[in-house]
Amino acid sequence: MAIAGLAAVPQQSHRPHGWRRWLFATNHKDIGSLYLWFAFCMFLVGGVLALCIRAELFRPGLQFFQPELFNQLTTLHGLIMVFGAIMPAFTGLANWMLPLMIGAPDMAFARMNNWSFWLLPPAMALLLLSFVVPGGAAAAGWTLYAPLSVQLGMGMDLTIFAIHILGVSSIMGAINIVVTIINLRAPGMGMMKMPMFAWASLITAYLIIAVMPVLAGAVTMVLTDRHFGTHFFNAAGGGDPILYQHVFWFFGHPEVYIMALPAFGIVSQVIPTFARKPLFGYTSMVYATSSIGVLSFMVWAHHMFVTGMPATAQLFFMYATMLIAVPTGVKVFNWIATMWEGSMSFETPMLFAIGFILLFTIGGLSGVTLSVAAVDVQLHGSYYVVAHFHYVLVAGALFSLFSAVYYWFPKMTGKMYSERLGRLHFWWSLLWFNVTFFPMHFLGLAGMPRRIPDYALQFTQFNQIASVGAFMFGLGQLIFLVNILYSLRHGKTAAQQPWEGGNTLEWRLPTPAPYHSFSEAPQLDVAENGVVVAMQGGKHG
Amino acid sequence: MSCRYMPGSTAASSLFVSTAIEAQVAAINLQAPATSLARLEYDLHSMLLLVTGGIFLLVLAVMLYAIVRHRKSAGHAAKLFHENTTVEIIWTIIPLLILLLIAWPATQAVLNQKSTRGEELTIKITGYQWKWRYDYLDDNFGFMSHLATPAAAIAGTVAKPLNYLLEVDEPLVVPTGRKVRLLLTANDVIHSWWVPQLGIKQDAIPGFLRDAWFMVDRPGIYRGQCSELCGKDHGFMPIVVDARSPEDYEHWRAARLKQAAASADDPTRVWTLAALRERGEKVYGQNCIPCHQANGRGIPGSFPALDGSPVVNGDKAGHINIVLNGSQKNPAMQAWGKQLSDTDIAAVISYERNAWGNHTGQLVQPAEIRAARTGAAS
Repeated sequence: MAIAGLAAVPQQSHRPHGWRRWLFATNHKDIGSLYLWFAFCMFLVGGVLALCIRAELFRPGLQFFQPELFNQLTTLHGLIMVFGAIMPAFTGLANWMLPLMIGAPDMAFARMNNWSFWLLPPAMALLLLSFVVPGGAAAAGWTLYAPLSVQLGMGMDLTIFAIHILGVSSIMGAINIVVTIINLRAPGMGMMKMPMFAWASLITAYLIIAVMPVLAGAVTMVLTDRHFGTHFFNAAGGGDPILYQHVFWFFGHPEVYIMALPAFGIVSQVIPTFARKPLFGYTSMVYATSSIGVLSFMVWAHHMFVTGMPATAQLFFMYATMLIAVPTGVKVFNWIATMWEGSMSFETPMLFAIGFILLFTIGGLSGVTLSVAAVDVQLHGSYYVVAHFHYVLVAGALFSLFSAVYYWFPKMTGKMYSERLGRLHFWWSLLWFNVTFFPMHFLGLAGMPRRIPDYALQFTQFNQIASVGAFMFGLGQLIFLVNILYSLRHGKTAAQQPWEGGNTLEWRLPTPAPYHSFSEAPQLDVAENGVVVAMQGGKHG
Repeated sequence: MSCRYMPGSTAASSLFVSTAIEAQVAAINLQAPATSLARLEYDLHSMLLLVTGGIFLLVLAVMLYAIVRHRKSAGHAAKLFHENTTVEIIWTIIPLLILLLIAWPATQAVLNQKSTRGEELTIKITGYQWKWRYDYLDDNFGFMSHLATPAAAIAGTVAKPLNYLLEVDEPLVVPTGRKVRLLLTANDVIHSWWVPQLGIKQDAIPGFLRDAWFMVDRPGIYRGQCSELCGKDHGFMPIVVDARSPEDYEHWRAARLKQAAASADDPTRVWTLAALRERGEKVYGQNCIPCHQANGRGIPGSFPALDGSPVVNGDKAGHINIVLNGSQKNPAMQAWGKQLSDTDIAAVISYERNAWGNHTGQLVQPAEIRAARTGAAS
């Protein structure tokens, strides 16, 4: 390994210092860190909103929040978690790790990268600000269904504007990812040899470019219905309220995979590393991920089974949705086949990855149940749906993000995180996640609608269990924060290769990764899933 | 496929007792079906639960076995195999076959839910913010159905009744054993009419009609809720269906028809202020309270106060106009002219002009409303 000696090369001196380093950041690692910290802050804000919701639902009756404020809390919880926490976190990881994993010097468009990030804080500020304008924040749910969203006050306009800004940010970030992956791979890193994380990020980026404009269109139509006399969603003027749902979910369902595919990518890196075994079926994983991407455009109306679609449409969307279970199953089987006959060790990233597989499978199977239109008639709009998508988004997206942060923390910072706190964080999260969300399946089956601030007495017990679970789960995330902050200062110095089984390109770099890496591309000999067989050259700085 | 349901809520006589018991026990499954559609959904869900549960346990077992046996600390060395086309084809085909097996009964059920033909009774359901209206189209009468739980029970100052938030002043009454076709629409935003035991959930969409059907097996009270977020009081617009034997239903229907004939207001009647205020207070309580509040002070920032309002204390015509036609500025203020009779509108306006700190001493007669309506039309 010729490259180890390069650790001694002095770090770049021409980078700006102090606040300028961050405000004018063009380095992919700095921007990646900005994204990750920003996403974590928004995760805490969205989490506090969720705890407000659970506090109100601890007992029947109205205790803390009036219904109109309660609706604002559920709406902003959803918007902030989706657009402020999960999406930026994945973009941040892609920023940090993609160039290191494919041997690129930086992201393709460094200045646009800066702009993609710095659009996020003002957009989120608009959303939070909307709580204090007359009429309060948007209160139509994160789906912002018309005509309800046409009725709302000024907070809705701020939300529409925020969504436009967020969309611009996501699209720019996605273009950057696509161009980086297509153009900046080091020699020898063929498309069918890229790490699964790069594949997942690539397909996700295409989905973002395809559907964020659709969302922008939907909310713009709401805006013109609100203020400029159009009647897109008003039957009295020749419009159709259901049109909004079609347009929204044409964005909304691919969006689900925008939050799930990067998670698949992360788990496909972590499992082989800690099983000390190559990914079982790399090619089929690539095809499964791509086909999930394609199918995600054909299933949107399964969110609308009770709008009164004709039977043929119901059947088409039911079959298409059930079909998604096949590539998803292929992925789960692949991960398990990778673990099979491996030599597994269970450090925190692996724990979160296994937790992901287990709980994501539950979310996937409840998804199959929901896909059956006749059963969905009972479950649509109930707490069963709330349980389902939190299994996919919390135990799916969020757990994979934790796995990724623990996995790459040593490479990013040069320090080891505390394994003891990491494990505590995992077991704590696993336990309280299930205490919070599993009972919601029962609530939904028994007939409790979602998005209600108060409920009938027979729903009391499970709501109390869920509320206790939510507060404990929230508390547990402070373990993560403490671990990160403590380890940044006092963590043990990490080895260049902290994981025995880590064979992808980023582990060939010194630890911490130099500020400028691969400024001269290495000549690579790569096996599937980005596993580096041999490497020559690859200068830093 | 047959299945056993939860005990309770079977015979009409024991219905109230059994609901009381059920309310104490947290249910973990779908409610006991009371229609063929609900039974279909129940059985389909049970089947899915078995299939998906089985798959989950299988995945879990294989994974646990690997976690226990194939770990480094147990001295297991990694076998570096990967890619096996046969295995990959097998684990693609088997899920496909399972899905095909599910798809068959699932398709049957969808077609069954959609077959609304051959109805014996048609009821039009209209969703309003935040109440339901039921119109018996064959008999030409209808009524509003509001939440009956008192505000004090919600606020927690009095004990919560057994059917807290699931009780209404006027339930939808239907006969058992007859195919009822529902036509659903809404007045303002999208609502959704959900009664779990009847196996129905159907969105009510403003400006469009959707249909659904049910045939109730046995007499009983069946409760549900709006299940599409429809604004502030989405959680407070329950649905209660009172299914009666055909004979009982006929009695109820005859009484209703008589009542409808008798209670038709004479639009030319001249009312006294006291009588109008009394009626107006009731109308206000059913329609205006959610936004403008019992004390008439509204909710600052969202819903304006009526107490001391320049509209309410000003010119009668302006007041009548905003109640009849709604507000351009604030779409939450609906055009009540479409929902309430001339007498009800006259009553509620007279009430508002003489309630709280408003002392105009003025009253508005139904005839003035009728004049305003025709004035608006011409």
